[in-house]
Amino acid sequence: MISTMECAVDAQSLISISLMKIHNSRTQRGGIKLHKNLLVSYVLRNARQVYIKEKYAEIYRMQQYEEVMTVCNEIQELNPLDLEAEDAEDEEQARAACCVEEASACGSPCHRGAAHCRTAGTVAGCSLLEDGCKEPEPSYYRSCCMEAPPAPLCEQCPANSSAHCNKTTVLDLDTHVVTTVENGYLHQDCCCDALQCGQSAQSPAKKRKVEFGFCASDAEEAPDFTAARKRAKREDCSYSAPDYTDTSNISNLISIFGSGFSGLLSRQADLEQICSKQALASLGAWTRAIV
Amino acid sequence: MLCAGPGGGSNDVQWCFSQVKGAIDDDVAEADIISTVEFNQSGELLATGDKGGRVVIFQQEQESKNKLQCRGEYNVYSTFQSHEPEFDYLKSLEIEEKINKIRWLPQKNAAHFLLSTNDKTIKLWKISERDKRPEGYNLKEEDGQYRDPNTVTTLRVPVFRPMDLMVEASPRRVFANAHTYHINSISVNSDCETYLSADDLRVNLWHLEITDRSFNIVDIKPANMEDLTEVITAAEFHPNQCNTFVYSSSKGTIRLCDMRAAALCDSHAKLFEEPEDPNNRSFFSEIISSISDVKFSHSGRYMMTRDYLSVKIWDLNMESRPVETYQVHEYLRSKLCSLYENDCIFDKFECCWNGNDSVVMTGSYNNFFRMFDRGYQQDMTLEASRENSKPRSVLKPRKVSTGGKRKKDEISVDSLDFNKKILHTAWHPLDNIIAVATTNNLYIFQDKLI
Repeated sequence: MISTMECAVDAQSLISISLMKIHNSRTQRGGIKLHKNLLVSYVLRNARQVYIKEKYAEIYRMQQYEEVMTVCNEIQELNPLDLEAEDAEDEEQARAACCVEEASACGSPCHRGAAHCRTAGTVAGCSLLEDGCKEPEPSYYRSCCMEAPPAPLCEQCPANSSAHCNKTTVLDLDTHVVTTVENGYLHQDCCCDALQCGQSAQSPAKKRKVEFGFCASDAEEAPDFTAARKRAKREDCSYSAPDYTDTSNISNLISIFGSGFSGLLSRQADLEQICSKQALASLGAWTRAIV
Repeated sequence: MLCAGPGGGSNDVQWCFSQVKGAIDDDVAEADIISTVEFNQSGELLATGDKGGRVVIFQQEQESKNKLQCRGEYNVYSTFQSHEPEFDYLKSLEIEEKINKIRWLPQKNAAHFLLSTNDKTIKLWKISERDKRPEGYNLKEEDGQYRDPNTVTTLRVPVFRPMDLMVEASPRRVFANAHTYHINSISVNSDCETYLSADDLRVNLWHLEITDRSFNIVDIKPANMEDLTEVITAAEFHPNQCNTFVYSSSKGTIRLCDMRAAALCDSHAKLFEEPEDPNNRSFFSEIISSISDVKFSHSGRYMMTRDYLSVKIWDLNMESRPVETYQVHEYLRSKLCSLYENDCIFDKFECCWNGNDSVVMTGSYNNFFRMFDRGYQQDMTLEASRENSKPRSVLKPRKVSTGGKRKKDEISVDSLDFNKKILHTAWHPLDNIIAVATTNNLYIFQDKLI
């Protein structure tokens, strides 16, 4: 009997069902049925295609969320009197992450970021943000999503809703090298970039609520974004940027979360684990510049 | 020829229950599961094969003026073990004894011949009657004991005397070791000398007299098995043209081949394919487009294919699309995921034509079977069940409710029993008698004679 409710056509469950069928066919009487296994492999292929598409889309959405949170945090940390010493360092990094972004032709996100920086009294570093943001290496940019920045991103850029954010000019304070990077498609690694869009205008209280909601499912996670970043900082980042592929990104994510992808949105700290060492190192350069 | 229901239609045929064969109890032994059903060319004999490797042949009684219905009943004529389970020691594989197909040879003398096949081996069986036996031997007693020659004083000529009818089945030929993959079809050529056998990747041509040699006429095995994209699912010779045959594939295509063109018929003479409807694309599109059966019409002008949800009639002169398409159980389209989970989506339904090619029939779930009248464009759903098994009771058409509101006497899709499936049906070549196989029972229905 077929259940009354039609089963959820979930790509992931179809994959596991199909693999189970192939496995069971090996012990069936009469030998492996070529026809049936061929048909099962077609289902497997179809489900895998959908699964990969969904996962990429999910990771991309998650990156967006993280960028937003970065900016939110930036705004919160503008008041230096509230901060401890250790947090101050995090703030710098957060600000750096905020500032290191794909600047659009509109330039408004970076301006906003620059405004934050100026407000915080770090004119020297942020004045460089006029043209864009620091981009020490192309590999610093997010890599998980294979697609060009889709329209939704730019919808949130109030000044320029149609253009893709795809060009960044970066000055490395250590080496005094100016780099212009075009990134329509994503480069290696790191979800830690901070593409700025409209949500930076949100109130801090609202953002904090959103963040808490995402983290509610995991008791271990600190609701505070800065605390999470502290934890991420201390952990080893074991993946080198240039070789880091999207596939290994996903597989690492899977290994981090065990069986499934659920709860991915709350694991911002884990995301930062897979950022490249160079990405974190570049943050260090910024902190020196800013301080 | 098709009944449109009580009180309806212009060419009224009402289907009545006639007989049911098989065990009554619900606990079905796996060996008793019917795996093939086939009438012979005259319709007098009806053969079934089962998963246990047995063949049971029913014979229609001679029409008796005394009985109410003028058609004779089908009674067991012969039962024999056709195939036994085997073991391939080289590959460490067990070979199932299940009878995949039975095909009758056209009758040439008093004996009947049929081909039966399992996954690997085809056998030619001779079914003959013995109703006389010789009596009056000189050197043998009546009980068979030998006499001492010294006691023989007179000589006599032995004579044939009548005896109780005995039906003997003897294997006359065994066609083995020609198929690496599982045999899905056999088909006797109209020349009555050759036949074809098809497995997942190859079609072989045999001569009925020669068992140690067969010719490979189609080979779709790719050089690298990783490149495999389709398999052969069914094959059949044209009923009139001894040079023509078709084979269907798991991709929903049918290829017609002409053996005069080349020794190896890898390149087809015609390719029948209907483009896929992109709106119906799903995870399971490839599965439901796989063809499970192909049958030529008796005339040879058309062929019919069965895929998971539909029956299609093709005109051999038009390759681009079928001329008729009949939905068997379209309400299952939204259930494909569940059907995939419980393996029902892999069920291989067969289809058949009636004697004059005006009606086609195929099976479905819940022991339903469907008939499509091509002329009157009517379809009917009937059920094979013990509840409707009063002799000569008229079968009531069934309906599956697909909308929200279920009418009285309708069955909702969720109430269907997917363990009760009718995969094998057969239609008497000359009369309105049908044989419908449920899991382990064989139902015989006939039209009501006034």
